[in-house]
Amino acid sequence: MTSGDALPRWLDLVVLPLVNLALALLVCGIVVLVVGLDPWQVLASLAKGAFGSRIGISYTLYYATTFVFTGLAVAVAFHGGLFNIGGEGQAMLGGIGTALVALALADRWPVWAVLPLMTIAAAAFGMAWAAIPAALQAWRGSHVVITTIMFNFIASALLSWLLIHVLKEPGNMTVESRSFGPGAHVPGVHELLAVLGIEWPRSPLNLSVALAALSAVLVYLLVWRTRPGYTLRAVGFAPEAARYAGIRPRAQVMFSMLLSGALAGFVGINEVAGVQGRLLLDYVVGAGFAGIAVSLIGRNHPMGIVLAALLFGALYQGGAELAFEIPGFSRDMVFTLQGLIVLFSGAMAQVAAPTLARAWFAIERRMAPRPVHG
Amino acid sequence: MDDVAVGTLIASTLRVSTPLILCALAGCLSERSGVIDLGLEGKMLLTAFAAGAAAAVFGSLPLAMALALLVGVALSMLHGYACVSHRGDQVVMGMAITMTAAGLTVVLGIAWFHQGGQTPALSDAVRLAPWFALAPDVLAATPTGLEALAIGLLGHNGMVYTALALVPLVWWLLARTRFGLRLRAAGENPAMVDAAGVSVHALRYAALALNGALCALAGCYLVLAQNPSFIPHMTAGRGYMALAAMIFGKWQPVGALFACLLFGFLDAVAIRLQGAPLPLVGAVPVQAIQALPYVMTVVLLAGFIGRARAPKALGVPYAKTH
Repeated sequence: MTSGDALPRWLDLVVLPLVNLALALLVCGIVVLVVGLDPWQVLASLAKGAFGSRIGISYTLYYATTFVFTGLAVAVAFHGGLFNIGGEGQAMLGGIGTALVALALADRWPVWAVLPLMTIAAAAFGMAWAAIPAALQAWRGSHVVITTIMFNFIASALLSWLLIHVLKEPGNMTVESRSFGPGAHVPGVHELLAVLGIEWPRSPLNLSVALAALSAVLVYLLVWRTRPGYTLRAVGFAPEAARYAGIRPRAQVMFSMLLSGALAGFVGINEVAGVQGRLLLDYVVGAGFAGIAVSLIGRNHPMGIVLAALLFGALYQGGAELAFEIPGFSRDMVFTLQGLIVLFSGAMAQVAAPTLARAWFAIERRMAPRPVHG
Repeated sequence: MDDVAVGTLIASTLRVSTPLILCALAGCLSERSGVIDLGLEGKMLLTAFAAGAAAAVFGSLPLAMALALLVGVALSMLHGYACVSHRGDQVVMGMAITMTAAGLTVVLGIAWFHQGGQTPALSDAVRLAPWFALAPDVLAATPTGLEALAIGLLGHNGMVYTALALVPLVWWLLARTRFGLRLRAAGENPAMVDAAGVSVHALRYAALALNGALCALAGCYLVLAQNPSFIPHMTAGRGYMALAAMIFGKWQPVGALFACLLFGFLDAVAIRLQGAPLPLVGAVPVQAIQALPYVMTVVLLAGFIGRARAPKALGVPYAKTH
């Protein structure tokens, strides 16, 4: 029996994103062909670079960690009915927060004290950066999309000023702060595994991956299993009905954006503390926008986001490997695919839905012949 | 400051503002008809690449501009297909266009020209030549007191003057023609337009076509006038600055012009002001001036310097309800 043009839930949640992903890959494959490469070879090399070695897997997971943070950030805001494009800026501020705590404390305090403080600082600074656009949306009606885009640029200028005028070591030509002390050292996964006796190659993969996994679980529990999460989704889904039910929309706007900013801020722990060990200019580099793609194709659900983040991590790592192997291949192919994924699973997400529904119901009809009405 | 300094400041303001003006006009047309356009950056980038690549390959200025126009209009039509015909999310579509353009231009640039994403440098024959060549006798002939204006306003290439001329043209189109009235109505009250028997979708597509053409002109300017070739990511956020200028100008063409000139002036003056102490605030870091256009837009959006009222039906896809 048909139910209008509504897709069955499993089709909507699993098959449709896969169809959109396939469309994006198809168009990207055409681009690969135009550029003179073999799409299947590129795909195989990508997979091998991403998963074919232990160090490849480590890099994939390290990239995925950042994307989980920014993807969750977009998803949480989305469930509150807002589109948070400010992940870039909030991630930058998270890195600044991490660095400030590290520079102040890491020389004298031990790791087990500095690490939690850095994490709190990263979240707090990211939250603060999201708070202003959120407050402007809630109290002045300023469109959060435009304000967050503006705040991305302001964050970039702020980071640049901070590095050049405040934190740069005198006499040092590169635009970065001094290295953090030993207290800010986020344990690398290879170090942790070495403690257990497992030998693992050195890579940027660090303890933040556990923070990412924990964040995904906590976001799921919060949004789908608690009352605050329910009110968040209610405001996002039907604002007027929620207001009628007594839910205060302004509080929900602030709640969703602050949580979103905090999640994006965690990127600072992974990149600034975990990998770089100092503050520099370009540790975010498009992670916020990748987070949008991850959240869209992950259908704004933590499970989908984790899978999509792994996919993007694989693409970034495989792409980096390919850039070495194939002359003329650059990471920008991955950025193109990223844009195409946003195109097909974001803007044109519903274009494929009617066709998919028709195909599904045709299959359904063929499998279960209905009695003829007399 | 002497005349030459003032004149060069005016000249650089105009040069920096030109792509902003063109993109802001494009944004005006699209958003007044009700379609949010965050893809200005991507359209400018891809059309710049098209112009640079075509000029390098074919060596013909008209062909390069024609190809850029084609690419610009095609991208806008894609935007329309997803957002107007299929009611897709307009914000996401703009982001998608920008992200895809950023990657695609470098991929194709590397594949076709093998210069790390750059297109080959173009000779002067293919680029836009300055009008009113600023010969010394012209300067000598200007009466004293007007020398700054002469240096500032003369000697630019055709695109600068075209951009300035397009502002009153777009104003007249929006405010004084029947098409403009319908376009504005489509952005404020599309149901009324539909009830009057005019197609809302056709109006929005027309606005998007003009939008694509104007973005293409901006892209052409970047490659055929400002720089000698296409460089990866050369737009550097100017599409978003144009968006900010359009909002700062309250979605009006003339307001957008002044906002673009202001932002262009800030950009031109940023480097000059570095380290130089200002009367009240002391030495202003260049990053503060770089952030100023965005801060001002946020302040405007917060309603602290007048109200910025967006077209009422902006961002809401129109669907016939019968």
